[in-house]
Amino acid sequence: MTAALEVTNLHVNIGENRILKGINLRVNQGEIHALMGPNGSGKSTLAYSLAGHPAYEPTAGQATFDGHDLLEMEADERSRAGLFLAFQYPVAVPGVTVAKFLRQAVNSRRQAINPEDAGMPIPEFRRLLREKMDILGIDQKFAGRYLNEGFSGGEKKRAEILQMAMLEPKIAIMDETDSGLDIDALRIVAEGAVRLHEMNHMGVLVITHYQRILNYVQPDRVHIMLDGRIVESGGAELALHLEENGYDWLREKYGAAEAV
Amino acid sequence: MADQVLERDQTENEMLAGVNDDYATKYGFADAEDYVFKAEKGLTEDVIRDMSARKGEPQWMLDIRLKAYQHFLERPMPDWGADLSGIDFSNIYYYIKPSARQEDNWEDVPSYIKDTFDKLGIPQAEQKFLSGVAAQYESEVVYHNIKRELEDKGVIFLGMDDGLAQYPDLVREYFTTIIPHNDNKFAALNTAVWSGGSFIYVPPGVHIEMPLQAYFRINAKNVGQFERTLIIVDEGAYVHYVEGCTAPIYSSDSLHSAVVEIIVKKGGRCRYTTIQNWSNNVYNLVTKRAVAHANATMEWVDGNLGSKVTMKYPAVYLMGEGAHGEILSIAFAGHGQHQDAGGKVVHMAPRTSSRIISKSISKSGGRASYRGLLKVAEGAHDCKSNVVCDALLLDERSRSDTYPYIEINEQDVTIGHEASVSKVGEEQVFYLMSRGIPEDEANAMIVNGFIEPLVKELPMEYAIEMNRLIQLQMEGSIG
Ligand SMILES: Nc1ncnc2c1ncn2[C@@H]1O[C@H](COP(=O)(O)OP(=O)(O)OP(=O)(O)O)[C@@H](O)[C@H]1O
Ligand SMILES: [Mg+2]
Repeated sequence: MTAALEVTNLHVNIGENRILKGINLRVNQGEIHALMGPNGSGKSTLAYSLAGHPAYEPTAGQATFDGHDLLEMEADERSRAGLFLAFQYPVAVPGVTVAKFLRQAVNSRRQAINPEDAGMPIPEFRRLLREKMDILGIDQKFAGRYLNEGFSGGEKKRAEILQMAMLEPKIAIMDETDSGLDIDALRIVAEGAVRLHEMNHMGVLVITHYQRILNYVQPDRVHIMLDGRIVESGGAELALHLEENGYDWLREKYGAAEAV
Repeated sequence: MADQVLERDQTENEMLAGVNDDYATKYGFADAEDYVFKAEKGLTEDVIRDMSARKGEPQWMLDIRLKAYQHFLERPMPDWGADLSGIDFSNIYYYIKPSARQEDNWEDVPSYIKDTFDKLGIPQAEQKFLSGVAAQYESEVVYHNIKRELEDKGVIFLGMDDGLAQYPDLVREYFTTIIPHNDNKFAALNTAVWSGGSFIYVPPGVHIEMPLQAYFRINAKNVGQFERTLIIVDEGAYVHYVEGCTAPIYSSDSLHSAVVEIIVKKGGRCRYTTIQNWSNNVYNLVTKRAVAHANATMEWVDGNLGSKVTMKYPAVYLMGEGAHGEILSIAFAGHGQHQDAGGKVVHMAPRTSSRIISKSISKSGGRASYRGLLKVAEGAHDCKSNVVCDALLLDERSRSDTYPYIEINEQDVTIGHEASVSKVGEEQVFYLMSRGIPEDEANAMIVNGFIEPLVKELPMEYAIEMNRLIQLQMEGSIG
């Protein structure tokens, strides 16, 4: 059975602020969706809410993933169920190496299934990590570096995709993974995502401002967010239309205020 | 690099199997008391005379003991640092002799004591990665052994009592020269009633590759343990000495008050690592001081995870040109614990350098304080020192304080000082959790990452031990 991420009339507050005002969205495993929209429209808020950030408080609506009530699950459970978020701004964790972190993440999955599991044997883990790093053109020495500490913007984004490749999610949300990447890195990273899509039937929600990444990760559907709502959905041509015309026509159409 | 990381991980994972046992099951077991001699409770001159006579000590040692005892009586309790009002000096056994002899073969150690050290993994560690082991149980060293080839090179590694018996002149030359009998109330107490500890002499140019380890165990209730250690590292020699300590959990308090004196001669290097894991009913009040002569290096690696109260500030006096001192301190204060730790460095000579790095973690209402002294004497020009203390708070109830004292009497010096307090970030925990790592493990990872810069300086076995103890503390049932 294929998994689906289904969001119905989702409202989310951060503190006192109403940020999401009724989101409806369905992403099936195997599909590629793009989510676009001006700065501050709520794209990352949607991503964080789905990943289970404790500061994001759902006030109405539902979200299900693979049949589970997502809103009842902790962030770690959501991840182990097969949902992945590539962060727009990955967080540094000083003193924790990439290798150690990834091993723990991989083993947490195994131990959730079998509490007695002793973890993936080192040689197997090492082989897996090497293989994924090679595919993504990441230098082996990154395995020994502290997670995201002192990583350049592009290195951080690449490390996010490395994590995605190691964890093999059913559905991944990629929040502006393309920003900060040079042209070659963008291609490598996008191809990495496409590979997972093709091989594992991974579903993808690509959050982006630009058509560039969508040339590689070609969307089945494109959605546009404005002021906490998805206001337009369409085919790949919608992204091209935005690239040419910007957002003003949407603001006029939906009467939203000018972004700051 | 990555391979090394993974290798340590592997071993760590193996050792972490079973880490869910709490302190009580891992270290908290107690043996029935089956002692050769147990002094009466409380401290009097008679107790001291009697123990000295039983040990067959020279008169000069008894004289120092009595002098120190007088000072202990006259000296008020410190009016700074941690709350020591819970110590009842009259409710402590000052001297307990568990067995008749000290052995150099585990098979000859009384079986109930051997079982304890077996459970703690000491004989296994000795086989695997140590140059020598000393095991102290209550007041006496019950086991002592060093690799033959080191003995052949003239290395002395003995229990302090044996050291005094076999090398009285050497002991007399240095005893109380680094920490005088009247240095502070607890050093005076130790000098009066000391028993056990290690005596180490490393001859010129001898490098002891693998560590020497001493293991201290308190077993009975209301015990005072007062070991005394003297380490002399001769010119160009090197030794790494490691001590570990545990005790059963009792509702009434025990007292551990040690004194450690170290002399590192020209070009020598000494590293002293402590992994203190006393149960939460032990007052741990320790005085440690080293002098480093020209071009010598002294390093204290001080990990304080257990005890009810710890007051300990390892010190280095840089006496000769080019000497280097280093203090790496890790403190973890959990529920009901106060770790008042830190370090002192005194630059007495030109072109000396030092580094103090302190990392403390407070959790579940625990309190960690950094107390440091950095002093540069007049004439000690071209000194360099860097002090960094970072504190990590795991919740709102916990507390961290910093008391840095700096006294510079010389113009031409370079001093750096940084301090930071941080809270475990919600964003970090969320990030780790978003990869499937459960919350408690995410917290433990962040804490281990926080101390990683210090832990990675330890030999692998101790790095693993440190991470394991942190994990135990993190899982402490009282959240
Ligand atoms: N912690 C917070 N407290 C208050 N407001 C917040 C918080 N986080 C986000 N917001 C607000 O929520 C709105 C949506 O922000 P969000 O980051 O989701 O936008 P976005 O669509 O991802 O924008 P961008 O394209 O710039 O990444 C913004 O107005 C932002 O200021
Ligand atoms: Mg965003």
